[in-house]
Amino acid sequence: MRRLAAAETTQRRWTRTLSGHRRWPLVSAAGGVLVTILVLLPLVFLVVQAQQSGWSEAKHLLLRHLVVVLLWNSVRLTFACTILCAVLGVGAAWCVERTALPARRLWAVLLVAPLGIPDFVVGFGWVSLEPGLHGYLAAVMIMTLSLYPLVFLPVRTALSRVDGGLEETARSLGLGPWQTFLRVTLRQIWPAVLGGCLLVTLGLLAEYGAFEIVRYQTFTVAIFTEFKLGFDAVGACVLSLVLVLLSVAVLAGELLLRGRGGAVRSGPGARRASPRVQLGRWTGPVLIALGALGGLALGVPMGSLLYWVLHGGSSTLPSTSILGALAHTAAYSAAAAAIATALAVPVCAQALRHRNRLTILIERLAYMPMALPGLVIALGLVSFTVRYAFGLYQSSFELIVAYAILFLPLAVVGVRAAMGQASPRLEEVGRSLGARPSTVFRRVTLPLIAPGLAAAFALVFISSSTELTATLLLRPTGVNTLATQFWSYTSDFSYGAAAPYAALMVAISAVPAYLLSRRMSSVARMAEAR
Amino acid sequence: MHRSKLPFLSLLSVACAMLLSSCGSSAHSARELTLYNGQHEQTTALLVAAFEKATGIAVKVRSADEASLGNQILQEGSSSPADVFYTENTPVLEALREHGLLAAVAPSTLAAVPRSYDSAEGSWVGVSARVSALVYNTSKLAPAQLPSSILELADPRWKGKLGFAPSETDFQPLITAIVKLDGQAAAERWLKGLQANGTVYPDNETVVSQVNNGESELGPINHYYWYRLRDEVGRGDLNSALHYYAAGDPGDLVDVSGAAVLKTSTHQAAAQAFLAFLVSSKGQEVLAHSHSYEYPLRPGVAPAPGLAVLSTLHPVALTPAELGDGSEALELEQKLGLL
Repeated sequence: MRRLAAAETTQRRWTRTLSGHRRWPLVSAAGGVLVTILVLLPLVFLVVQAQQSGWSEAKHLLLRHLVVVLLWNSVRLTFACTILCAVLGVGAAWCVERTALPARRLWAVLLVAPLGIPDFVVGFGWVSLEPGLHGYLAAVMIMTLSLYPLVFLPVRTALSRVDGGLEETARSLGLGPWQTFLRVTLRQIWPAVLGGCLLVTLGLLAEYGAFEIVRYQTFTVAIFTEFKLGFDAVGACVLSLVLVLLSVAVLAGELLLRGRGGAVRSGPGARRASPRVQLGRWTGPVLIALGALGGLALGVPMGSLLYWVLHGGSSTLPSTSILGALAHTAAYSAAAAAIATALAVPVCAQALRHRNRLTILIERLAYMPMALPGLVIALGLVSFTVRYAFGLYQSSFELIVAYAILFLPLAVVGVRAAMGQASPRLEEVGRSLGARPSTVFRRVTLPLIAPGLAAAFALVFISSSTELTATLLLRPTGVNTLATQFWSYTSDFSYGAAAPYAALMVAISAVPAYLLSRRMSSVARMAEAR
Repeated sequence: MHRSKLPFLSLLSVACAMLLSSCGSSAHSARELTLYNGQHEQTTALLVAAFEKATGIAVKVRSADEASLGNQILQEGSSSPADVFYTENTPVLEALREHGLLAAVAPSTLAAVPRSYDSAEGSWVGVSARVSALVYNTSKLAPAQLPSSILELADPRWKGKLGFAPSETDFQPLITAIVKLDGQAAAERWLKGLQANGTVYPDNETVVSQVNNGESELGPINHYYWYRLRDEVGRGDLNSALHYYAAGDPGDLVDVSGAAVLKTSTHQAAAQAFLAFLVSSKGQEVLAHSHSYEYPLRPGVAPAPGLAVLSTLHPVALTPAELGDGSEALELEQKLGLL
């Protein structure tokens, strides 16, 4: 019986999709196609390169003892970090968004800032604090501290949109606070939690820089060895295909965990703001816990920067070029963030509102860049533009597109979580009142997902502003960004001269986080006033 | 940030980025060069400034690590915008030569430095050199305790005291040298010994820092890492010193930084002029007085104060060309699980 009913629903969905009534708006479809093309570019490069390798060569590369050890290292690190990031990210987001914590907005900015610190600075800070620090636990700690904001930011945005009315109902039906959180609140923010965890997992698979300094070798090390010592893109691409397979498994797993669920609000009226939880005697412990998190994630690397400035022999005053580097970094990152966010909207809209195999596949594809080393994506773009669009080679435009591809997954997570919370019923009402799809999108959907767009923008902006690998290969000749200047000085041992550049990277990454936080507070105030 | 402002700000930033990009690009001309630079950026900046002043040819510099640039040139193939490629080590130049991407260097340029530092085929010219040496912690070890051969580092008495960076481009030449001088089996034994004794660090900068702060007691590096560390930490925090291997030892090796002209360069004359400048007295003086602490290769140009004259210090056991592209060493390291 149940299977019959299910089949009937599926059929109805198909008919609805196919009938002109719910045809995709053209713009949205075009966005989906564009995303697919952009994301497939590096993947095609990977396959074309890897194909040049014979089977015996590939076997020789893949079936090595070291490859097995490195894969195991990658997997166990990813597993532990993802779980820890989820716990820390959700916990911190709940404290900031749902309790009467003192100085909430300051915390909101401080807790995102670790994302803006280059991996190298994080690793260096820890190693100078404790020179003996290395191995698995060190890598887990350092990566958790620098990646938890990927969970914190989307979850915080999602929490700000949670309907307090549902929670109140649950409480009145006799659920305790913990049960309410687990069965009502967590269900509403689940897509954001999973999305953030997905970013952490995929990001860790492709991570390289941070582990170097704590001497923890992951699978990416094998890929870089091929590039750096063998000058062998073919071998590196064969190895990268393993990362592709791993990430396909992760993406499929997340899809299963996500299920069809996710709670949208069905009520037509205004969302009820949830009252903030008074912490009472817990205020002190919560402040200490958040202070410890912020202090470890932000304080240690910033401390090492300060040390460099004070003790570095090379600490001359930064030249005027620092302003140029700052301007380039800000402009490139903002442009990339705008493009990635704009591209994420149709991908999510289709995957959520016109759910079928194709749209889900496109949404899953959009996550792939996160799991590939930046160098592979950058070389893929080099190879493509040199052959087919030489006029764009090493132009600002190409670099911005590269950032947008690299960090599209961050935007998708931000937008998807917000769109998942917005009820499609409201859009349907708009349509039934005769509004065109574009009008519905502009007047109904956009305001509903605005915090998600802002979160997506902030995530992409922060990540782009510290990107190094693709920047070095694709920037216009003669252009410097904060990351390239920082790299240039540190690779010359001039830590003192490098420090101001790293400090600026952290500082500009605080800007979008601050704006986002201000916006969310004003939305909350408006909701409370109603 | 109001809703209506976000698209506006985004558009503004895209426009800004486009504007900024247009500042960067300019039309190609004969009085212009594009240099792909894998050498330390500060050293290159000094050389380029001196070259521009001397010739009036403008140089656009792209800096990145040499391996990325090498891979980039391989992907660019015949469309590469690069005219000159200047690197810290020669294996990457050898790899490009094997792909047929390098033009022949002018004979007079090759002749400016001893032939043993140039490409055997004349595809690249040696510009400066580093000497392989041992850094040791002065509060833990006395000079008399130090090995005279790099082979001794595999001795069990260094267990837990050694630090090394097997993924560094400076490390493969050591393996290649041992293979050439003592045979494959000796190299394999040596690597296994190092693996048993040592801590693996990501790079030479880390090796020299960790020896200096006492986490390791000694480690093989190139001489200039120690001089640069000395400059950065200051003599007060210096707990390490350099030790050179006996002459003729496989560890007694010179790593050469070289430059080449791309076959596809559309500015062949200007590119050859840049290479000639790098090995001219003027260019070599700039190198000697920069903070890089590399040895200039042109006879008669003295290195930075404090460095001994290269030719009196170390007879060269193997030429860079003999050391090849390092693929043999790489295979050995992969076989033993070091990479």
